[in-house]
Amino acid sequence: MTTNPVKRRTVLKGMLATGVSAVALPLPAIAQAAPFKIGLLTVKTGPLAQGGIQMEQGIVTFLKEKSYTLAGRKVELLVADTGGNPAGARTKAQEVIERDKVNVILGPLAAFELLAITDYVRDNATPLISLAAAEDVTQRRANPFVIRPSATSAQCCHVMGDYAAKELNYKRAATISEDFAFGYEQMAGFQRAFEDNGGKVVKKLWPPLVTPDYTPFIAQIGNVDCVFNGFAGSNPVKFMRSYADLGLKAKTPLLAGWTAMDDALLRSLGDEAVGVISAAYYSADFGSDSNKRFVAAMQKDYNVLPGGYSAGMYVAGQCVEAAIQALGDKADDRKALADALHKVSLSDTPRGPVKFDQYGNVVGDVFIRRCERKGGALVNTVIKTYPGVSQFWTYNEKEFLANPVYARDYPPAKNLEN
Amino acid sequence: MSLWLTLTVNSVALGGLLFLLSSGFSLIFGLMRIPNLMHGSFFMLGAYLGVTLLARGANFWVAALASAAAMALIGGLIERFLLRRLEGQVLPQVLLTLGFAFIIADICLMLWTGDPWQPATPDHLRGAVQLAGLYFPLYRLVIVLVAVIIAVALWLLVDWTRLGAMIRAGVDDAPIARVVGIRVSQLFTLVFALGAALAAFGGVMGAPYLSVYPGLDFEMLPLALIVVILGGVGSLLGALVGSFLIGFLYNFGTALLPDLAYVILFLPMVLILVLRPQGLFGKVTT
Repeated sequence: MTTNPVKRRTVLKGMLATGVSAVALPLPAIAQAAPFKIGLLTVKTGPLAQGGIQMEQGIVTFLKEKSYTLAGRKVELLVADTGGNPAGARTKAQEVIERDKVNVILGPLAAFELLAITDYVRDNATPLISLAAAEDVTQRRANPFVIRPSATSAQCCHVMGDYAAKELNYKRAATISEDFAFGYEQMAGFQRAFEDNGGKVVKKLWPPLVTPDYTPFIAQIGNVDCVFNGFAGSNPVKFMRSYADLGLKAKTPLLAGWTAMDDALLRSLGDEAVGVISAAYYSADFGSDSNKRFVAAMQKDYNVLPGGYSAGMYVAGQCVEAAIQALGDKADDRKALADALHKVSLSDTPRGPVKFDQYGNVVGDVFIRRCERKGGALVNTVIKTYPGVSQFWTYNEKEFLANPVYARDYPPAKNLEN
Repeated sequence: MSLWLTLTVNSVALGGLLFLLSSGFSLIFGLMRIPNLMHGSFFMLGAYLGVTLLARGANFWVAALASAAAMALIGGLIERFLLRRLEGQVLPQVLLTLGFAFIIADICLMLWTGDPWQPATPDHLRGAVQLAGLYFPLYRLVIVLVAVIIAVALWLLVDWTRLGAMIRAGVDDAPIARVVGIRVSQLFTLVFALGAALAAFGGVMGAPYLSVYPGLDFEMLPLALIVVILGGVGSLLGALVGSFLIGFLYNFGTALLPDLAYVILFLPMVLILVLRPQGLFGKVTT
């Protein structure tokens, strides 16, 4: 029933398109000058808007720097607000693909939004560059049209686990993160790398996504060498204040995933964040040329320190540019574009060198940062760089993929204490 | 042992904050017979106003009171010019408050962006109390103290003043109150403004430990609902007892059975609705 009007609309559009091309036929030069369309699926309303707005700032900054011309081709950016939910993401994906006929989609923000549209973009052969972290999108359910220039949930957490065990010599850790997939995947990655290097995760705490007060969870942490947290959105702000208020900050060092200590979050944080060590795929402190340009432009235009969402979109823009460059006048072929995106290799991005594995996930640097107060403002100072980190860390790719995806109980936590 | 003590003290602190949130909600619900679905929005908008003043260097208490005054004005205007036009039509009134909740959320997002704001705890309230070798933030105890002061003030207002007598009369039976010459519609405006002010004040008090961010409104609203349904609509004592009850249930529930955190929070509400719909301290309505 409901498919009928859609079909009719598609037919109508087809007729319109034919009409246009009939006019354009004698003038191929005009057809060639048609802009390359980038559709951005982001979130501008509701509780997830914070990250969504940053994503838009990142890609706009990149396109402004390039005067909206990538590899000699005019580029048009179409921004759609998904509202931060799967149904909205699906509707807007359909809108930008079928009505606007975009060449490539950037976004969406949240994992459940991405999962709602991966099959759809494949069926409609439209390349998609997402920052959402859901592991399996570039693992067991890899999709030839999807690439991810940011990181999987666990990509930085493997590094954190390794660093905590080897460099910080922590033996006992507690983990705390929201009770949802992004939290499970992050904590699993940390636990695996930490325990493979002799550490023990003795407590895993899962507060619900909406938690008015973290005190009852923090009170359960007990006697450990460190606490690793993977909070996202505005939750880390709340969590870290409670953590410090309860006097734990002085006793037990706090480690963090990238969303929990994102540079964009620093201006919302206070002294409670000083000393927190985090692992992230981006740091505003990083000294590459493109990053210096990027940070300066973001501060000039928006008066903010960019974080992972903006930087991720800037890198996504660089990937699109490189793919257009590689394809020349074949850039309108969606399948060729998707393949070219997988082959992109960049030496200078705000996050360092970037290339992709065969599943479309980035292989890039991961930074260990310590939060410090410099001249009144908080900064995440890079204290160690792990170059060329893959989503599989040091593990064998085949074995990794033969195991189940990271989850709340996988890999099993054998060292839990009560 | 220390876990229990921390949880107990924290339960009381959360209860205090919940009372600031829900006392106004309860009065509005009791008098006007509508659940004010923008109560969480008043809490959030008040908190945003407060942190903005704090960021400009205002004194903490000045910021909290100024924000409460501003929200009283906004709440009063909404009641006088919008809700009043729908007087007696409960469903349209509820929908109007819901609509406003969304409008306020979007305006806040525009004005304060999506970044979370968390003001520093005021200097003179920083620090910690040592309880049996345990570290506990002074600020949360201050919240409890403030909640108790406000509870006493509200009790004096409602039980011992002429205005309070009129409000009670309105809660008990608005038509009869009208018949004896009480201008109930003026009371509506007044109570609505008072409720908005209390929510805003609670928002500013809560900001240093809850922080302020988009979505805070709809996190707080269900808590106000649970408290008031538990305690009984229109009953200040009910709101007080309900707040502390939820404070304890939330803290101990999430610590003991973290997987059932929401069940523990909402199950009592369901039970009360089934077994004692008027709430613990509510009067039987006809």
